[in-house]
Amino acid sequence: MTEIISVRRRRLILGLGAGAGTLLLGGCDRLSNLPQTQSVLGSAQWLTRAAQRVVVARDALAPEYTRADIAPVFRPNGTLNPDNPQYRALAKQGFKDWRLKVDGLVESPKEFSLDDLRSMPAQTQITRHDCVEGWSCIGQWTGPMLRNVLARVLPKPQARYVMFFCADPMDDGNYYYESIDMRTAAHPQTLLAYELNGETLPIKYGAPLRLRLGRQLGYKMAKYVMHIQLVASYRPFGQGQGGYWEDQGYAWYAGI
Amino acid sequence: MIKVFIYRHTAAVRVFHWVNFVTLSIMLMSGLQIFNAHPALYWGATSRFSQPILSMGAMQDDQGHTWGVTTVGSHSFVTTGVLGWSKGSEGSYTERGFPTWATLPGPQWLAMGRAWHFFFAWILVINGLLYVILGLLSGHIRRDLWLTRPDWRGLGRSFIEHARLRFPKGDEARHYNGIQKLAYLFVIFIVGPVIVLTGLTMSPTIDAGWPWLLWIFDGRQSARTLHFICATTFFGFFIVHIVMVILSGVWNNLRSMITGRYAIEAAPAGGGGSAHD
Repeated sequence: MTEIISVRRRRLILGLGAGAGTLLLGGCDRLSNLPQTQSVLGSAQWLTRAAQRVVVARDALAPEYTRADIAPVFRPNGTLNPDNPQYRALAKQGFKDWRLKVDGLVESPKEFSLDDLRSMPAQTQITRHDCVEGWSCIGQWTGPMLRNVLARVLPKPQARYVMFFCADPMDDGNYYYESIDMRTAAHPQTLLAYELNGETLPIKYGAPLRLRLGRQLGYKMAKYVMHIQLVASYRPFGQGQGGYWEDQGYAWYAGI
Repeated sequence: MIKVFIYRHTAAVRVFHWVNFVTLSIMLMSGLQIFNAHPALYWGATSRFSQPILSMGAMQDDQGHTWGVTTVGSHSFVTTGVLGWSKGSEGSYTERGFPTWATLPGPQWLAMGRAWHFFFAWILVINGLLYVILGLLSGHIRRDLWLTRPDWRGLGRSFIEHARLRFPKGDEARHYNGIQKLAYLFVIFIVGPVIVLTGLTMSPTIDAGWPWLLWIFDGRQSARTLHFICATTFFGFFIVHIVMVILSGVWNNLRSMITGRYAIEAAPAGGGGSAHD
């Protein structure tokens, strides 16, 4: 009798084992394609953000490096030259007609030329750029702090996110765009960079102006920025996830 | 000799074990998916792309054949079909680090690999912390895993016995032996914490709050390399663990990790004979 039970038990254990194996190997792929799975797994980013807010002070600075650490060749990534006639025309003129529009939930919307931005107090920092793919490069970035630019347009209290609209058209039919929260916008290492390694920002790195964040991954740092808009929610834009890569399934919170 | 059952694993340990098994499997496979987004490892703060410690990729020869090549330091190995160049989910060969059967999800899909990894990282850490806290409070770690003086003295013998695939029987099988204890302590108190800390070091936000992590691990790319080495160690532990479970009695071990009951052969009461001579 015990022998029969034991055989049944063995079969049960074998069945459970085989089931678990199938679930792990095949099932996870099927699960990955379900929107519910994506939304449940993706929601961990908010727990991660909350936890990181507890252990990392609001203005804690990303480590800065020395000139000797600067990468000999900084790896360019994403769009290398926007396929956009308007952008190409601006580039041909050395971006002298380029204007950064800053509007949305602000008291006084403004347009900034490159000279306007260059005449503002600039920050120069040698920081590490971490790509979501896993590699890192160190570069020296120069430009005004975003918070100083925003101070000129007087954000309204309802403003919760800063949207960045860019010149590069993407394969999903939208232009590249990104969003950060006001807390990130106010961080002292959040720059609108117009120089890399002491030289005018080259086109492949996002000329004439790109966003630089000290504490998030590369895809948040929009290149070819044309228009900044303060909003209460990023949902109305693109596919509603807050940015081009977020619309492709990447986490909005890119602190990890 | 009679067969007696001892109560080997408490319910808590059994739950921790199986949660850990599922979680580690998911972490390992989604980790390989993430690795595949840039299948190369470096040392230091940044990626010196021309000097990887390890890299995987495809190369074409003069005849137009494509080979999978894995390079470790200055040594290159042909790894066609497994590393660098393997069959994709559509059945045709593609350039990828680890093959589809080893990654989660199978096809190249970094966003989803990261979603799995960073969700289950929480479960891994919570499960691990609860295990250690309860293990310390209940005395499980001190009683069952901490090495006793005889364990230290018998380490050499225990190692030789393992290598010869002879396993403790009778009364000696009531407890873990020295080698087992060392292996468990090593993964619980060294590999586990290091894999979590090197994972955290890759987070640019954590680096701002805890810059000492960069100092400990010599930079973000070194941390990524150490994370990979720890994952490989976990995988090695897993393989050895499975082999030992099978060789020392698969049903007995599985039963003990499911119901708690573990069978040992014991001499009849008062016999006291050594089952291990």
